[in-house]
Amino acid sequence: MAKITYHTHDNKTHTVDVQNGLTVMEGAIQNDIPGIDADCGGGMACATCHVYVNEEWLNKLSTKEDGEEDMLDMAFEPKNNSRLSCQLIVSDELDGLEVNIPSKQG
Amino acid sequence: MNKTDVLIIGAGPTGLFCAHQLGIIGLNCEIVDNLDKAGGQCIELYPDKPIYDIPAVPECTGEELTNNLLQQIKPFNIKFHLNERIEEIKKEENRWHVKSSGGVEFDVAAIVIAGGVGSFEPRKFPLKDCEKFEGNSLFYSIKDKSLFKDKTISIFGGGDSALDWAIELSNTSKVNLIHRRDGFSGVDASVQKVKELNDQGKLNLFTKYQIDSVTGYKNIESVKIKHDEGEIKEIKCDYVLGFFGLIMQLGPILDWGLNINKKTVQVNTENFETNINGIFAIGDICSYPGKLKLILSGFHEGALAARGCFKYAKPDEKLRFEFTTTSKAAQERLGIKK
Repeated sequence: MAKITYHTHDNKTHTVDVQNGLTVMEGAIQNDIPGIDADCGGGMACATCHVYVNEEWLNKLSTKEDGEEDMLDMAFEPKNNSRLSCQLIVSDELDGLEVNIPSKQG
Repeated sequence: MNKTDVLIIGAGPTGLFCAHQLGIIGLNCEIVDNLDKAGGQCIELYPDKPIYDIPAVPECTGEELTNNLLQQIKPFNIKFHLNERIEEIKKEENRWHVKSSGGVEFDVAAIVIAGGVGSFEPRKFPLKDCEKFEGNSLFYSIKDKSLFKDKTISIFGGGDSALDWAIELSNTSKVNLIHRRDGFSGVDASVQKVKELNDQGKLNLFTKYQIDSVTGYKNIESVKIKHDEGEIKEIKCDYVLGFFGLIMQLGPILDWGLNINKKTVQVNTENFETNINGIFAIGDICSYPGKLKLILSGFHEGALAARGCFKYAKPDEKLRFEFTTTSKAAQERLGIKK
């Protein structure tokens, strides 16, 4: 279990408990946190679960698999701290993770 | 006016298999899709990627699955309307009158929405200013490349479309290719070619830059691009092209009075009819308790929706359950000769 904080574009903060093994994307969907569309359902095929990860967390996350960076090319306003939240699998180590959801996904 | 029993919206695997099921029970249908080819997400998002969970097919690609489904519905000679998006539906007595973006009209007894996560639209630049130039000096696809002859073009993106057009247009235009990182998602040969053209001065490549602003009065006159480190460059150009792939948008379906929740249409699980009689929804676009977004679930939903359409298409007939293995009628419809 990890506490994940999602900052949405309307300056609201949502902190929720997400079970280990789920993805940061699923944590948002299950808790009705707006702004993560996840059109393809977690298949790394759409870039609509794009988030910005708080800088201090960047190096603590699993490295990007082949294809994630390619998909991020398609994301809305990608930055250096961009990740696809469907690729971030929750574990105890991610307790306290904070992500920012972009103003839109497409 | 195209008159048929059922209109299927969406030519992805679910829509294609539903067409098969309609054909088996003796109903005619036509299929509309916003893309220029059948296959939906299978073709647009992962044509070469393997799928491992199609029953009795241990492994196939999105393209193979699509080709097999097209093969399977071949006996029914189904009419496809590609590059068309359904805009309007209207109930007239017991029929539905439907109109597409290109002005194609349909008169049908029932509608099956198999629209996936919506219709595919090009993903656009994040800048609001880009909108006013869209269609005159800023494009997300190319219909007539002669427009760009002897002009200066700034192309944004790092996938195959961006690379292919950069290479192609560099023959007749002055091309700037701008991409947000050093790596590209396009095929290696194109990446090599672009780098060669850049070395030969036949194309200007800017990596680790993204669009910052566009300026111009009626047409674009220049773009500013911003480096990862913050440096800003201004590039004079006549046209801007953006190739950021496609995004799915629900579009006009939102206005049809359907019960929609989180971009999905609520259906019953008996025949996948929506809250509107005669309109069914199957595949990724439908939701019900326990919904799984799997292709195999879409096949099941399509089979039941097809049977649900029967009473609207042939109100005076009774549908009898039959197996294709033994049904003479079904085999005749499949064109099987014994």
